[in-house]
This record gives sequence, structure tokens and C-alpha cells, in this order.
Amino acid sequence: MSSELATATPAIRRRFPPVAELAICSLALVVIGGILLASYAPRRPPLGGPAALAVISAALLLTSAYLLSRLQMFAWERFFLVFRWALLAYVISAGMIGFAFIHDHTRGAPLALLVVMLVIFALDVPLTIAFTVARYSSPPHSAD
Amino acid sequence: MTDTGRVQAGNVAAAPGPPPSAQIQVVPLRGLPVVAAVVVFVIVSIAGNWLWALTFCHVVGGALWTAIDLFVGLIIGPILGRLSIPARAEFAARFMPKMVLLMPTLVLMTLAAGFQLALKEGNLAPASPNHAWLIVSYCVVGVMAVIALGVLEPANIAVLVEMRKSRPDGAVIAVLMRRFLYTAGITGLMQVATLIIMTRVATQ
Repeated sequence: MSSELATATPAIRRRFPPVAELAICSLALVVIGGILLASYAPRRPPLGGPAALAVISAALLLTSAYLLSRLQMFAWERFFLVFRWALLAYVISAGMIGFAFIHDHTRGAPLALLVVMLVIFALDVPLTIAFTVARYSSPPHSAD
Repeated sequence: MTDTGRVQAGNVAAAPGPPPSAQIQVVPLRGLPVVAAVVVFVIVSIAGNWLWALTFCHVVGGALWTAIDLFVGLIIGPILGRLSIPARAEFAARFMPKMVLLMPTLVLMTLAAGFQLALKEGNLAPASPNHAWLIVSYCVVGVMAVIALGVLEPANIAVLVEMRKSRPDGAVIAVLMRRFLYTAGITGLMQVATLIIMTRVATQ
């Protein structure tokens, strides 16, 4: 997309790669993995299914981040502004969920897997929010 | 909302109703201490295994979450969908910042306390008659969480950021508001399932 075209096209019609869609799929997978882990509490859960979901979820998140990083005509300043604050909020949320599991004596591999899932969760949501905000914002050089 | 396609850029800015864009706060700062207090209260309740406080957080948080979701999704949403774009924008400018803080706090409070209660009361044990119901409730909450965190909340925040611009784009606001209202309606309907599950759990 050329600079002139991006500036002239209304924000609502601009086309972007499926960054938010991939992040939402990634979020859905960690939520399913979290449900699998939580459904076994207080017993030790089997880790195969949740671990596979976490790996696919991480791959989707990385793909989403890669597609995002290739965007040129994008309101990066606004993206990072929103991302920072949303990240703070969701790190607190994830920290609280992690605290609850640690309090309930989750240890070892299940805890490690849970932490990985919480990290993905804490990145997925801010990424989706910040991308949704920034995609409708004008490119930095245009009149806003 | 058939008028979406006819909305032109600048409609919202031209409307007399909404507050000036600079006055729209995406996150109402005055609410942050309240949120912090609630989060600390939930953490202390979990850490101290404080049964009354956990029950309080789960019942109060869950009641507010369910009621607000149902009210917004099934009552406010359809009314809002029939309002003019300027009226919708004026309502959204005052309503949505409150939702940005309120809903995540209620969800966190309800789920964290509820999980602890389920463990303490033995409802998560495989032999418990409530075990299957709780797993179903996790699934319902999981679907609601993905919709709320992946679609509803980004739309909510994007609307507010758009409204803060010197020249808000009416078409963008209309599309995002439609997304907000549809997803609020879906989560509202799913709360009916939560009500059925939770009343079953409480009476078994």
C-alpha cells in the first residue's frame, strides 16, 4: 500500500492482515487450555493437551506479531501507547490468576505451563486492543 | 442499525450532544483507586482463605456482572441501536469509559473468588454432583471471555479513542458500536446459561 493511497483511503476501508483474528484464536486456545488445567484441580492435570494448545497458541501469537511488524502505514505511536497500558492491566490480571493457582499448591510442570499460558494471555489481549485502536487511526504523517 | 453505511465522517464531531473530545477519558482515572481496592480485597481474601469474603466477592461480583451484561445486551443495546448517531455517540462517550473499568474488575473478582470457593467447598472433586456443572460453567465463561476480551473490549476502547480525535470518524464509530452491541447481546444471552448453572450448583 503506497503512502498516498493509505492516506486517501478512509480508515474503515483500509485492509490489514489478520492480526487481531490470529490473536483472538490464540486467546481462545489458551482459554481452552486453562479450562482443561482448571477442570482437574486440585488433582494434577494431564499436560499433553494443554501443552499442545499452548504451543499452537504461541505460534499464532508469533505469526500475528510478525504480520503486525511488517505493517508500514500504521499508527505505531498510538499502538504502543494503548499496548503499554493494556499490558499493565492484563499483567495484573494474569498475576492474580497465577497467584490463585500458586496459593492452591500448583507446582512444577503444571505451574510452568500455566505461566506460559498466562504470558500468552497477557500479550494477546493488549495486542488485540492496541491493533483495533491503531488500525482505525490515521497513519502518523497524515492529518488527524 | 441499517444507517451504518450512510454515516459520513465528521457526523459525530458536528453533533451538539457529545462532550468535547478532549474531555472524553478512555480510562476514568478516578475509578482506579476503587479497582485497586477491589483487587487487593480479592487477593487478601484468597490469601487468608476468608470464606465470607470469597462468597461476598463471588456473589456480589457475579450478580453485578450477570445483571449488567443482561441489561446492556438485551435492554440498552437494542435501544441504543435505534438512536441517532449523535445520540449514540453522546451516550457512548459517557457510558463506555465506565464499562472499561467496571466489567474487567467484576469478572476478575467473580472468577477468582468463585474458583477458590469451588475448591474449598469440594465442588471440583470428580465425585461431586456439581463437578460437571462447573466444567460447563468454565466453558460458558471461556466463550464469554474470548468474545469480551477479543471483540467487545477492543471495540469499546477503539470507540473512545476515536471520539477523542479532533475529527472523529462517524463511520468508524458506527461500525465499532455495532460490534460492541452485538457482542454485548451475545454475552447477555450466555449469562442466562450462567444463571441456570449457578442456581443448579447452589441447590444440589
